[in-house]
Amino acid sequence: MPFGLLKYGLRRRYPARRDVPVATELKPSYDVVIIGGGGHGLAAAYYLAKNHGITNVAILEKGYLAGGNTARNTAIIRSNYLTPEGVRFYDESVRMYQDLSQELDYNILYSERGHLTLAHTDGAMRTSRWRAEVNKHLGVKSELIYPDEIARVCPQLNLSSEVRYPIMGALHHYPGAIARHDAVAWGYAANAARRGVEIHQQTEVTGILKDGDRVTGVETTRGVVSCGKVLQAVAGHSSVMAEMAGFKLPIRTIPLQACVSQPLKPFLDAIIVSGSLHVYVSQSDRGELVMGGSTDPYTLYSTRSTLDFKEGLMGHMLELFPFLSEVRLLRQWAGIADMTPDFSPVMGLTPIENYYVDAGWGTWGFKATPVSGKRMAETVATGEVPDILDPFRLDRFDTFEQVGERGAASVGH
Amino acid sequence: MRIMHCPLNGPRNISEFVYGGEVTEMPDPATASDAEWADHVFLENNRRGIVREWWLHVATAYWFIAERDTATDKVIQTYPSSDIYTERVSFTVPEEEGGRS
Repeated sequence: MPFGLLKYGLRRRYPARRDVPVATELKPSYDVVIIGGGGHGLAAAYYLAKNHGITNVAILEKGYLAGGNTARNTAIIRSNYLTPEGVRFYDESVRMYQDLSQELDYNILYSERGHLTLAHTDGAMRTSRWRAEVNKHLGVKSELIYPDEIARVCPQLNLSSEVRYPIMGALHHYPGAIARHDAVAWGYAANAARRGVEIHQQTEVTGILKDGDRVTGVETTRGVVSCGKVLQAVAGHSSVMAEMAGFKLPIRTIPLQACVSQPLKPFLDAIIVSGSLHVYVSQSDRGELVMGGSTDPYTLYSTRSTLDFKEGLMGHMLELFPFLSEVRLLRQWAGIADMTPDFSPVMGLTPIENYYVDAGWGTWGFKATPVSGKRMAETVATGEVPDILDPFRLDRFDTFEQVGERGAASVGH
Repeated sequence: MRIMHCPLNGPRNISEFVYGGEVTEMPDPATASDAEWADHVFLENNRRGIVREWWLHVATAYWFIAERDTATDKVIQTYPSSDIYTERVSFTVPEEEGGRS
């Protein structure tokens, strides 16, 4: 290896490293077609190839690689949820994330910061205590802490009682982390491509070909492709895709906005979240404050930003960190989120035999990327739903067995 | 600030309104199967395009209908719900199930 580096250094020209090869023509047929080239689709392709030896796989992406919600989230990784089903599922994801840079040989800049969910009301204190107990019971390190301890963990926070919503306590989730979201997608893409998976960008699926209750192929803007199985992973347009396939989802598509400030010297280590104030903020490795709030008040398939959102967010931000009043915003954006009635995802089987769905990722999709990829790959390869995904099945709504996840971001307590 | 035209109050700020979901037809609760009822309560058409929706003007507690393009956020038209609901909807419980409260 040292000589490899030397040889590279002595070269006249430096060939650019290409992680994702340019895909050529579409083949007429694949074993598995994955619709959607975001984090979840790419991860599923990687685990299909690695764990199940299925490499005749095409990922069809209508835009560019990881250009949807994978690029638009606020990169927070945590497992301090409320329901045992949710905690178990997201905990597996956090554990996978912790080793992901090594596994993919791709630096995802995983940065463990600790995560504080602030409580400003008696109701929020109760929920925090509840979440801490459920977490600890399942081996996830979360603790309810009070203002004296909060001041030690995050001395920058305004803990004064002379504000509209004083901080009464916080749920301290020690493994809470952030990572470079694009690198997660690129790492999965590079490793999937190395194992033979084809990634076709600028290839939109325009129809699903069916024979009775089975899918036989997909129509795309570049021609028809036949396939053995289909996995849909198209956060934001899940309902549109499902309608093409012929079933309905319990999803409303609602924009979620976010923004970043100009870069500042590192001052904020912990990730700070307040459900009651609809604020979450962390400082990225570039020094920018990454901020988000609640989802928009109504459904929309557009990624526009609004002044209403920023006014509301900044009002609360300045209550938590008054000294940021002179800081400017640098960028703003929105992603369109699949909101489900119980704030849990929809994963697994569909009314169509060989068509699998990975949807309903609302405001909690990025943190679930590794576990969703691994478990959806398992579902597609074996045709059987693993126990850990069973609570999130589509037909839970028919049997009134929802998983009410009030630990999700954007949910007030 | 976006403006919405309320059929009762005229043009008002969008922040005065609350979204109430798509206008759908309710199956008869007395005869619907669990699956039909779950479909009505939980499953969504969630179409991208022009959709007929319920909206509420909060300050006057007035529910009305808006036709809105969910791709562009343009409101095409708004009108009172009496334009499409011309008959009274009855919620009576059939005799044999009476007494269950």
